Amino acid sequence: MNRFSYARAADVPGAVREAATPRAKFISGGTNLIDLMKYNVEAPSRLVDITRLPGLDTIEAVEGGLRIGALVSNTALAAHPEVEARYPLLSNTILHGASPQLRNAASTGGNLLQRTRCYYFYDTATPCNKREPGTGCPAKAGLSRVHAILGASEQCIATHPSDMCVALAALAATVQVTGPGGDRTIAFADFHRLPGDTPEIDTTLARDEIVTSVTLPADSAAFAAHHTYLKLRDRHSYAFALVSVAAALRMDGGAIAEARIALGGVAHKPWRDPAAEDLLRGQAPGPEAFGRVADHVLADAKGYPGNAFKIGLARRAIVRALAQAAAGTPQRPSDKHYS
Amino acid sequence: MPDHNQALDAAIDHLPIRITINGIEHARAVAPWTILLDLLREDLHLTGSKKGCDHGQCGSCTVLIDGQRMNACLQLAVMRDGAHITTVEGLAAPDGTLHPVQDALIEHDAFQCGYCTPGQICSAFALLTEGRAHTEDEIRESMSSNLCRCGAYPNIVRAVQHVLGGGR
Repeated sequence: MNRFSYARAADVPGAVREAATPRAKFISGGTNLIDLMKYNVEAPSRLVDITRLPGLDTIEAVEGGLRIGALVSNTALAAHPEVEARYPLLSNTILHGASPQLRNAASTGGNLLQRTRCYYFYDTATPCNKREPGTGCPAKAGLSRVHAILGASEQCIATHPSDMCVALAALAATVQVTGPGGDRTIAFADFHRLPGDTPEIDTTLARDEIVTSVTLPADSAAFAAHHTYLKLRDRHSYAFALVSVAAALRMDGGAIAEARIALGGVAHKPWRDPAAEDLLRGQAPGPEAFGRVADHVLADAKGYPGNAFKIGLARRAIVRALAQAAAGTPQRPSDKHYS
Repeated sequence: MPDHNQALDAAIDHLPIRITINGIEHARAVAPWTILLDLLREDLHLTGSKKGCDHGQCGSCTVLIDGQRMNACLQLAVMRDGAHITTVEGLAAPDGTLHPVQDALIEHDAFQCGYCTPGQICSAFALLTEGRAHTEDEIRESMSSNLCRCGAYPNIVRAVQHVLGGGR
């Protein structure tokens, strides 16, 4: 690990000022950053410890929704009674990710900002356009099981690895950030970006901005009765998704009034397709309607030698997740007996 | 870049911390890059917590930080200034009486080489206090980030079930 200096920020403005130091980085849970530093993928000059910032470790009711402080741990967020009752998709999704040890340490803001688990990004002996722009992307012709089939570019086929963010995308969360220019709110769909020609940039957050909270809107509580997070992976626990699907339905009698579908493990960001979701409006739930949605979502999917299987896997996962959501039978993290 | 690092080692101040480990407070001056696991093992000679993967993947460094299980290999010591940490050395009673989790692992033959065992014990201890895992499937999920290369998993699950009072 490289050598660095350390500062403990006392308040948010102080943390933002510290971020002006060249190559400084914020640290909270550290579960991803310290790992990347051990691999010499990240080499910050200064770490700004934000874990003692006041007021960022609480979950509060706001305008009928919930504001989640950026320092709330993944464990505390999943176990919060209001989250379990009104946004159970988020709670359930978080518990499909990482491990108790990591969820205890990892923060809400840090989960959003974790970096891809592309094998080549982690291996400094190989080229990687995300780690070293212009060097190339070995994943396209190499190992690509956890890589993108949607929205990728010739420069990068990495995926965002978070489970939690897939649920936050489905629930149309917003992200509150602060920087030298003041406060702003970013819609979740706009927070992570596609790789394009600049795969080294993961998000629309500026380098000197800090995430202060994530807010769940009031109307997303309408999906509490019909949701699931279906995560398919190479082992049943403690692995990143090959394909995951957060599905949430608002039912009106026997028909679907509104659908939300977000995919993980398939793109550089949690993948939503509002036009595909609209196909379900007013429809009765069933495999044919769900299949049409899946075909729409995957119409432009592109596979590589190592991950083309994921297109078919994603189609079946979308259909099954929607069936689970319609039936009100969410996939439980501890249920290893996949039917 | 050892030369570069040596220069920076001298240039960057070590930072004073107070950290309570198994009930005993320690005052130390640590470099910012000191990992908690290394502080425990190399400085305080508490070698029960093991360095397996050193990347948060194997769970053999699991300790309790302010009551919550975490991977000590992914923690900067300086960030845990003021924390209360429990390692496997701190789970038995002062008179040496083992914690029920430790007894159960012995009783159920739940280890072979033993390298992962301190992490398994700390993780199982936390599982009991968390109170969320009850069934065999839930125990497996909750213990899934503590790897055992000897493959003692079935007996580890039985040991945890025994302590939970729900199985044999």
